[in-house]
Amino acid sequence: MSNKEWPLWEVFIRSKQGLNHKHAGSLRAADEIMAIENARDVYTRRSEGVSIWVVESKNIFASNPDEADSLFEPADSKIYRHPTFYEVPDGIEHM
Amino acid sequence: MKEENIEELERQFQEKIDNDIKIEPRDWMPDNYRKTLIRQISQHAHSEVVGMLPEGNWITRAPNLRRKAVLLAKVQDEAGHGLYLYSATETLGADREDTIDDLHDGTAKYSSIFNYPTLTWADMGAIGWLVDGAAIMNQVPLCRCSYGPYARAMVRICKEESFHQRQGFEIMTTLANGTPEQKAMAQDALNRFWWPALMMFGPNDADSPHTAQSMKWKIKRHTNDELRQQFVDVTVPQAELIGLTVPDPDLKWNEETGHYDFGPINWDEFWAVVNGNGPCNKERIDARRKAKEDGEWVREAANAYAAKKRTKKAS
Ligand SMILES: [Fe+2]
Ligand SMILES: [Fe+2]
Repeated sequence: MSNKEWPLWEVFIRSKQGLNHKHAGSLRAADEIMAIENARDVYTRRSEGVSIWVVESKNIFASNPDEADSLFEPADSKIYRHPTFYEVPDGIEHM
Repeated sequence: MKEENIEELERQFQEKIDNDIKIEPRDWMPDNYRKTLIRQISQHAHSEVVGMLPEGNWITRAPNLRRKAVLLAKVQDEAGHGLYLYSATETLGADREDTIDDLHDGTAKYSSIFNYPTLTWADMGAIGWLVDGAAIMNQVPLCRCSYGPYARAMVRICKEESFHQRQGFEIMTTLANGTPEQKAMAQDALNRFWWPALMMFGPNDADSPHTAQSMKWKIKRHTNDELRQQFVDVTVPQAELIGLTVPDPDLKWNEETGHYDFGPINWDEFWAVVNGNGPCNKERIDARRKAKEDGEWVREAANAYAAKKRTKKAS
């Protein structure tokens, strides 16, 4: 990394208590404290968050979109994982 | 990669686009799609950033504290918009610093409207009302752009833009209802910004060779002329309502088409400004360059401080 550029960070924001942190975008910052402060200014100017996570982008490992078909194939063939697979006799309630 | 392979990949890519499946950063995409997006998104980012300058010019001279707080918040939003968009170009593999350097050495373009000076306080009204208004018209369809990160950035931007236009229109309304001098000031701002605002939509469709491909890729959803017409149709009644006159002798409601007819645009002026010869081109780029150069030691110091903290932690 050159001395002039700041590393890239991914920003995750919890919009309110009870919800997951969700990816909001990315930004550049010299360190994690500046990343959180910048994230506050860039992504929560209208009270969009109650909590912020920042992760340096280089630490994120992602699945390869070209292999998505084979990666997710095992789930496609197992329709018995869904309740609609099962027959429920007429007259049965609360199930 | 073999030629037939590329053809097949391009076919699959277009099929995704046709089925409204968004393209995400690591998906395969044609080189030209990537290049077109990098060019368009970075131009858009530059416009947000350069766009802060004509308004920043009036922050310290706003007529009261409320107007000052509002203008400050608006200009801060524009900085945010620039950041969301530079981030989107980075997802396409563009280097942020290179992109910014392209702006500074004149290779990259930005919206020509920001090369006009802001002479009076009424210009803050005209810019919010007309320039942000035109930007919104351009940007709302971009929320459905085929490239995911750009579309998501545009959703955020459009949410924030709506107050920009309203605060501008409020300034114009207040001036138009004020003393004769204030009303004249509002009219003068409208006179100066009307035509440059219409130019913001870009050349006529006949002179816009890339439109067809961009529409096929769903980067663009409407042509320049369609959006310009839409802008005229909604803006003219707003001007009438506050008692201002749109500076176009040819402007006339057309019963048959259901649209306003309007006079010819001075494209010579448009191209002169785009090619660097507008009233403020040099001033704008000089200001951006100076900001980058003056901030360099701060960015270096922040990096040095972060490195020092890391070594402390490690030891
Ligand atoms: Fe903006
Ligand atoms: Fe705006």
